[in-house]
Amino acid sequence: MKKSTIINLIFVLAIGIALHLLRKAGFINGYYDHILTKICMFIIAAVSLNLINGICGQFSLGHAGFMAVGAYIAAIFTKNPGLIIPEAIAGMPRFFVALIIGGLMAAFVGFLVGLPTLRLRGDYLAITTLGFGEIIRVLLLNWKFVGGASGYFGIKPYANFLSVYVLAVITVFIIQNFITSSYGRACIAIREDEMAAETMGIHTTKYKIIAFVLAAFFAGIAGGIYAHLMQAIMPRDFSFLVSVDILLMVVLGGLGSTSGSIMAAIFLTLVTESLRRFQSLRVIIYSLMLIFIMIFRPQGLLGGQELSVSMLKEKIKLLFGRIKPEKGYASTNGTE
Amino acid sequence: MPVPVLETKDLTIRFGGLTAVMDLNIHLDEGELVGLIGPNGAGKTTVFNMLTGVYKPSAGTISFCGELLCSAEHSVPPSQISIKGIARTFQNIRLFKELSVLDNVKIAYHQHVKYGLATSFFHIGKYAAEEKEIEKKAIDLLQLFGLENKKNEQAKNLPYGEQRRLEIARALATRPKLLLLDEPAAGMNPQETQNLMELIRFIREEFDLTILLIEHDMSLVMGVCERIYVLDYGRVIAQGSPAEIRTNPKVIEAYLGSEGIA
Repeated sequence: MKKSTIINLIFVLAIGIALHLLRKAGFINGYYDHILTKICMFIIAAVSLNLINGICGQFSLGHAGFMAVGAYIAAIFTKNPGLIIPEAIAGMPRFFVALIIGGLMAAFVGFLVGLPTLRLRGDYLAITTLGFGEIIRVLLLNWKFVGGASGYFGIKPYANFLSVYVLAVITVFIIQNFITSSYGRACIAIREDEMAAETMGIHTTKYKIIAFVLAAFFAGIAGGIYAHLMQAIMPRDFSFLVSVDILLMVVLGGLGSTSGSIMAAIFLTLVTESLRRFQSLRVIIYSLMLIFIMIFRPQGLLGGQELSVSMLKEKIKLLFGRIKPEKGYASTNGTE
Repeated sequence: MPVPVLETKDLTIRFGGLTAVMDLNIHLDEGELVGLIGPNGAGKTTVFNMLTGVYKPSAGTISFCGELLCSAEHSVPPSQISIKGIARTFQNIRLFKELSVLDNVKIAYHQHVKYGLATSFFHIGKYAAEEKEIEKKAIDLLQLFGLENKKNEQAKNLPYGEQRRLEIARALATRPKLLLLDEPAAGMNPQETQNLMELIRFIREEFDLTILLIEHDMSLVMGVCERIYVLDYGRVIAQGSPAEIRTNPKVIEAYLGSEGIA
């Protein structure tokens, strides 16, 4: 591991411990606790979608569908003790195993959806994933075992801040590692010029599927967390608009920037929550704000760059004029 | 007789009713530097696209190092052809524009990466050593091309001539046996063309390459190529040494023009 990665990990760990201590000391009440957990869930969803839309350059609108698969599968496993997973594994461990099964199912579904469509170039993926999300929703509406339209209730609230925070850190760590590896560079090459990538010996379909399946896995995990945070899930929780919400986070943060997706996930979740008291005005304020951000910063908050502790240090040093700016552009490096 | 590096037999491609390339028979022996010239629309780039798997031929075969590479019945994706050892550049430069010069070359090394997907998730085991080696090899290659001091610059910000050089460097990073250059001198001034000529000769020696190049700049073609094929309306109308081509009446009529070119 690089030194900058370790610094970032320590930094992230410190934030986690600080927030946890604040919770324990009672400075963060149940409502804020809920929002913090939600933010971590959206970070997982946004960072994984960024892998498809930002890094690989493919346009997917199916994240809500993968979340739905993960949510329902994980909930089924925690609600039915003894189902496949031995009954001895109960409580939190069962939650984690259920999350992983949900993620794997979402990844498998992602593979099935991606295999035929990712061979094609162009906008086919957007249309297929859009259709896929709706199909999943309609299937769930008609599945009596999970309550159909009235929803699936009585899911235990296993998703607390600490566990979800750890999951978010692991997600970011794995996805960022993938992006900075040779495999990630192959995906970025596909985004930049598919034809040239293919000529360089990169099997473009294979790498698009790898990125897509990996993203679907983490979307499934995010869905599982959602189920165990809200304690009740309904098919309409995973409508097309949820996919759009997550897409907004990715675009707002700057396509291709993991740290941008994280910041946008935090920002948009907080905005949504703080606008709750304006009720119907909320949608208008939210949309206006997005329009203005896109007019004044079309490349997104971070514009494809990455934010890291070492980079911040450099910026601060620059501010005080102690070192000359290093010329060139920052490539993707470090976690967060 | 040694096995030719590249050999095509009656290679033909039709787009609907149009026959773009007809019964093309060319061969390149190991270490040769061969030119493919002809007027615009003669089908030169189409030949390249067939050789690299972008187009599937309608008839005929392509053999690489004595092995059948592709035919009308058996097509191979471009990535597979690259892995077998054929690299190319493009007529209109196709660099990864937004990426750094170094990353452009590193991406071309990807097919030689030994660590697996799981290693890439956790950056464990061979990862650090492998990445270090890729970086070192990429920098060594950039050094040969005089681009190492620009390694962190975005590819799109390089001057035109350097973008062309980078594209060749990137193609070489895939470690090819056969290099296809599509109009490498397009848009270059005479001085740059002169440097390019030296570069082409140099890389052939340094990397044990066989090179096939398409070019309109006759000073370059006549200067570096040992053999030349002339293509017109999809057919080879002449082949031979530069001296033979220069005096061939068919070539003069179809392409070079009656005034002749040095």
